[in-house]
Amino acid sequence: MTDPAWTMTATLAIPLAWVAIGSLGLLRARSVLIAGRVLFPLGAAAALLLAFLSLASIGAPVQTAVLPLGLPDLPFHVRLDALARLFLFLIGAASAGITIFAAGYFRSGEGTPPGLLCLQYHVFLASMAMVVMADDAYLFMVAWETMALSSFFLVTTQHRIAEIRAAGFLYLLLAHIGAIGILLCFGLLQGGSWQFTFDAMRAARLTPAWSSAAFFLAVFGFGAKAGIVPMHVWLPEAHPAAPSPVSALMSGVMLKTAVYGLLRVGFDLLQVRCWWWGLAVLGLGLFSALYGVIFAAAQTDMKRLLAYSSIENIGIIFIGLGLALLFQGFGMALPAALALAATLYHCINHAFFKSLLFLATGSVLHATRQRSLGKLGGLIHRMPTVAWLALVGTLAIAGLPPLNGFVSEWLLLQGFLFSFDLPHSFVNMLVPIGAAGLALAVALAAYVMVKFYGIIFLGRMREPRLAAAKDCGRLESLGLMWLAAVCVLLGIFPVTVLALLDNVNQLLLGSGLAPQIDHWWLLAPVARARASYSPLVFLLGIAGVTWLTVLVVHNFYHGRVRLTDPWDCGFPLQNARMQDTAEGFGQPIRQIFEPFFQMRRELPTPFDGAPRYRVEIGDRFWIWLYQPAARLVQATARVVGLLQQGRIAVYLLYSFLTLVALLLLTL
Amino acid sequence: MNHVVNAGAWLAQLVAVTTAIAAAPLLMGWVNQCRAWLQNRSGAGLLQPYRMLRKLLYKDAAIASAASPLFRVTPYILFGAMVCAAAVIPSLGTTLPFTAAADTIALVGLFALARVFIALAAMDIGTAFGSLGARREMLVGFLAEPALLMVFFTVSLIAHSTALPTMAQALAHRGAAIYPSLAFAAVAFLMVLLAENARIPIDNPATHLELTMIHEAMVLEYSARHLALIEWSAALKLFNYCCIGLALFLPWGLGAGDWRSLVPALGFLTAKLAVAGAALALIETFSAKMRIFRAPEFLATAFLLAVLGLLVHLLLGS
Amino acid sequence: MANLPLSSQIINLCAAVLLLVSFAMLSQRRVLSLVQLFALQGAVLCLSTITVAWTAGRSELYVSAAVTLALKVLLLPYILHRLIRALNARWETELLLNVPATMLVGLLLVIFSFGLAQPISQLAATVTRSTLGIAIAVVMLSFLMMITRRKAVTQVIGFLAMENGLFFAATSATYGMPMVVELGVALDVLVAMLILGVFFFQIREQFDSLDLRNLEALKEE
Repeated sequence: MTDPAWTMTATLAIPLAWVAIGSLGLLRARSVLIAGRVLFPLGAAAALLLAFLSLASIGAPVQTAVLPLGLPDLPFHVRLDALARLFLFLIGAASAGITIFAAGYFRSGEGTPPGLLCLQYHVFLASMAMVVMADDAYLFMVAWETMALSSFFLVTTQHRIAEIRAAGFLYLLLAHIGAIGILLCFGLLQGGSWQFTFDAMRAARLTPAWSSAAFFLAVFGFGAKAGIVPMHVWLPEAHPAAPSPVSALMSGVMLKTAVYGLLRVGFDLLQVRCWWWGLAVLGLGLFSALYGVIFAAAQTDMKRLLAYSSIENIGIIFIGLGLALLFQGFGMALPAALALAATLYHCINHAFFKSLLFLATGSVLHATRQRSLGKLGGLIHRMPTVAWLALVGTLAIAGLPPLNGFVSEWLLLQGFLFSFDLPHSFVNMLVPIGAAGLALAVALAAYVMVKFYGIIFLGRMREPRLAAAKDCGRLESLGLMWLAAVCVLLGIFPVTVLALLDNVNQLLLGSGLAPQIDHWWLLAPVARARASYSPLVFLLGIAGVTWLTVLVVHNFYHGRVRLTDPWDCGFPLQNARMQDTAEGFGQPIRQIFEPFFQMRRELPTPFDGAPRYRVEIGDRFWIWLYQPAARLVQATARVVGLLQQGRIAVYLLYSFLTLVALLLLTL
Repeated sequence: MNHVVNAGAWLAQLVAVTTAIAAAPLLMGWVNQCRAWLQNRSGAGLLQPYRMLRKLLYKDAAIASAASPLFRVTPYILFGAMVCAAAVIPSLGTTLPFTAAADTIALVGLFALARVFIALAAMDIGTAFGSLGARREMLVGFLAEPALLMVFFTVSLIAHSTALPTMAQALAHRGAAIYPSLAFAAVAFLMVLLAENARIPIDNPATHLELTMIHEAMVLEYSARHLALIEWSAALKLFNYCCIGLALFLPWGLGAGDWRSLVPALGFLTAKLAVAGAALALIETFSAKMRIFRAPEFLATAFLLAVLGLLVHLLLGS
Repeated sequence: MANLPLSSQIINLCAAVLLLVSFAMLSQRRVLSLVQLFALQGAVLCLSTITVAWTAGRSELYVSAAVTLALKVLLLPYILHRLIRALNARWETELLLNVPATMLVGLLLVIFSFGLAQPISQLAATVTRSTLGIAIAVVMLSFLMMITRRKAVTQVIGFLAMENGLFFAATSATYGMPMVVELGVALDVLVAMLILGVFFFQIREQFDSLDLRNLEALKEE
C-alpha cells in the first residue's frame, strides 16, 4: 500500500477488469446463470477492491501517469489525488452493493439479453471510474460520453416499450446538451495554450470574466447531468424506465460524477474564483432542493418519487458547494472547509441511501410487478427483509439522527451559522434565509419518506394479489444489507469520515478541519463549546432507554396481548382500498404549494354512477422552457430543410460553393 | 473533558433525567388543572395523569391483527427518544455530561425522529384515521421544524454556539441588556411549542372529534401499556419543550450541575414550570382551534418572527 | 451588546416593535384591528421620540412626541373608528396576495431595506442610527400593504403608517425634521384624513361599495 506506483497500477487495473468481465458475458449472452452467479459477483468483488484501495490510499501523495493509449500526440493522462480517490471510493463501495444485488436481480425475459446487459453494466462502471481518474480533457470527454452511452443502453433495457425508448432519448438528449457545455468549458479553460491536459489548465491564467464564463458553462454542463432544475426533466422519466439496479447506479453514483466534475473545475482547474458564483450556485441548489422535494411529495409512482428526491439531494449538495465557494471567496477558511466537507459527506450519503431505496423498489417491483403506490401496501408482512432494510434508508434520507443523512445536514447548518459573519451587507442577511430553505427541504423530505415507506410497506395490502409477494433472494438481500450497513456506519462514526474528507479539503482549499477533530466519538468541527454531536452516544442512549423501558414494563406489568380488528368507527364494511392513497397523502402539499404545480383534476359529481377522481401533476418547466425550445428547434429545422432539394446537382453545387468559399478564405 | 469521569456529575444527570420522567405527567396535570379552573370546572386533580398511566399499564393490550412489529416497538422508541432529549436539555444544570451529545440542531433531529416513528406506526394498521393523523402530523412538523431551527439560529447568534448549555449560560450572564431579537424568538418559539405539542390553536388534546384531531388520530389504535408510553412521551415532550424555552428565554437559576446547586435549581425549575404551565393554560383558554389549513399560516408567522428576530439582531447588533 | 446605554436599548426595542406592528398590519384582515394596530404604532413612536428627546436633550422633540400622541394615537384612530362604523366597512374581504406570500415579500423588503441602511447608518452620528433600517422597512411594508389591499380605508391606514415610518426615519437619522416642517406634515395628515373621509362617502355613494376595483371603470376607453 505504501508503494504509490503499485496502487496506481492496481486502481487502473480495475476498470480494465470490469471491461473484461463484461466482455466475458458476451460469450454466453443468453445465460442468466453465468452472468448472475459468476460475472456480476466478480464485478462486485472488483468494486469492493477499488473502494478498499482508494480508501487506504486517500492520504497518499498525488500520482500521475500517462497511458500508452489514445491518439498519437494525445495520450491519456490519469491522476490520483484525494478528490479522485474519494470519488473512486464512492463508486466502488456503492456499486459493490448494487452489483451484488444486480447479480440476483436480472432475470431472463424481454429486452436486452443478460450477457449484453452485463457488458453494458460493467462498461458503465469502468467509464465512471475513468471520468474520475482522467487528467486531461480528452480522456475525460471520452469517458464521459462512454458513460452517457452505456447508461442510455442500460436505461432502455426494455427497449420494446415505446415510453421507455422515449425516456431514454430524452436522457441522451440532455446528456449531450450538457456535454456541449462541458466541452466549451474545457475550451475556455485551456486559456490559449491549446493544451488540454488538466495541468495546462491549472497553469492557464484567465481573467475573472472568462473564469466566470467557464464556471457557469461547467455548472450548466454538469448540472444537466446532475439534474439541477431546470435541467432535471430527464430524471423522473429515465429512473422509472430503467431497471432498478441501473436507477440505483445512475442516481446514487453517476450523478456524483457530475458533482465531481464541478468540484474539479471550480476548485482545482480554475485559479481565479469570484464569491458571487457561490451565491448563484447556492440559489440554484436551494431552488432545486425545494422544487424536487415538493414534486416528490406529489408523486404516485415510487421510482418517480425517488427520482424527484434525487433532485432534492443534488440541490442540497449544490447548496453546500455554493456555501463553500462563498466562504472561500471571502477568505473564510474554516467555514469553507466545513461547507465543503458537508457537501462531500452528503455526496457519499446520498450514494448509499438512494441506492438502497432504489434497490428496495426493485425488489418490490419484482415481487409485485407494480410501481404505482396506489396499488401497494402492507409489504412489511410479506417482504420483511426488504422492508426493514428500506426503513434504514428511509430514516437516513429523511435526515434523522443517528443515521448518516443527518450528519451532513448538521454540518451544512453549522456552516450556515458562519454566514452571518460574511463581510457583505446583503449577503449576510440573504444567506441565513437559505438555511431556513434548507431546513424546510429537509423537513419536507421526512414527509415524503413517511409517505413512501408508509404506503409501500405499511398498512394493509391494497390489492389481493400482493399476498403472493415473496421476499427478495439471498444475493439481493446481501446487496441491500451492505448498503444499509454503510449508511449506519457513516452515521455513527462521522469523525472518522471527516478525517478522511479532510484530505480533500486540504487539496482543494489548502486548509482543513483537522485541528478541530479530536475525540473519535464526539463530532465538534469548530469547537466543543460552539456545537457538538455524538451519534454513538445518541444511538446507545435511545437503544439503552428503549431496552430498559421494555424490561421494566414487561417485568412490572404483565405483557398480555389480545389480537383484534382495528376500530372501524361502527362501519364494518371497511376494506383496504379505503386507506389513504398516495394522492391523499400528498394533498396538503399540493394545496400549500399549488403555484408550483401544473395540475389537471377530474373531480366526481354527486350524481356519478361510477365516480372517478384523477389528478395529474405536470412540470411547469415543460411549458415554460422545453416546449418553446422544441418548437424553436422544429422551426429552425424546417428552415434548414429548405436546403434539401433531393436533386444530386444541387448537392454538388453546395459542395462546390463550399470549396470555393474555403479557397477564397485562404487568399 | 474532566466531568465525564466525575461520578457526581453523572449522578446529577441521573437525577435530572429521573426528575423529567417523573415530573412530566405532573406538568400535564397542572396544565389541565389550570385549564379546568379557567373554564370554571373543578378539574380532575394534579395526579390524574399518573392514575391514567397506572390504569393503562395494568390493562391487556389490544392490538390490531394487521399490526407489524414496527407498531409494537414504536412506543418504546418514542419514549427512549424523549428521555434522551430530556437528558440533553439543561433543565437543572448546565454542565451535565450528556448535554455534549447533542446541540440544538441535533435536538430538532431527535424530535423529528420521534415524529417520523409515530407517523409510520399510525400508518401501520391501515385505517383511514391513522394515515390522516400521520399526514397532518407530518404537515405540522415540516412547517414547525424550520421555524424552530430559525429560533435556535437567532439565539445562537447571541451566544455564538448551538450547544444548549452554552446558550443558556451566555444568556443568563447577559446582565440587564434588552434583546429585541430574543423577544421575537421567544414568541416564535411559543407558537412552535403550541403546534408541536398538539395544543389548542393547532390541535385539541381534549377531543376525539375526527375532523379536528391530529395526535389523537394517530394513536387511536394504541391501547394499554403502549398507549401509556405514548401519553407519557407526549407529556415528556411538553416538559422538554418547556425546559428548552426556559433555558433559552428565562435561564436564571440554572445550577452548574454539581450536587449543591441541584436543590435550588430544582426549586427554580418547579416555580418556572408552574408559571409556564399556567400561562399555557391561559393561552389555550383564550384561543380557538383553527382549521388545519390555517396551520400553515400560523406556523409561517412563527417562522417569520424567528427570521425577523435574526435580521433585527443583525441590524441592531443586539 | 450589553454595553449599549439603556436609552439606546429602549429605542431599539421600540424599533423592533414598530417592525412587528407593521407585519401585524400586513397580515391583519379586520379593519378595526388595523386601526388599533395603527394607534399602537403611534404610541410606540411617541415613546421612542420621548426617549430620543431625553437622551439627546432636544426639547423640541417633546413637542413632536406630544403632537404624535394627540394626532396619531388619539385623534386619527378616533376619526377612523367613526368612519368605519359609519361606512360599515369592517372586513377586508379579499387580499390580492395570500398572507404567507405577502409575508415572504415583506421579509425580502426588510432584507433590502436593512442592506440599504447599513452604509447610511454608519455615516450618521445619532444614538438611534441603527434603527434607520427599520424605519425604511416600515415605509416599505406600508407601501406593500397599500399595494395588496383593495379597500379604500385600508389604503388610508397604509398611507398613515407610511407617514409614521418616515417620521421614525427622520428621528433616527437626524433627530427629527425642523419643527415647522413637522407641524406642517401633521396638519397635512389631518387635513388629508378629513378630505379622504369625505371621499369615502362620495365613493360609496357612487359605487355602493368601498372596493377600489370600482375605480378601474374610470379609465379612458
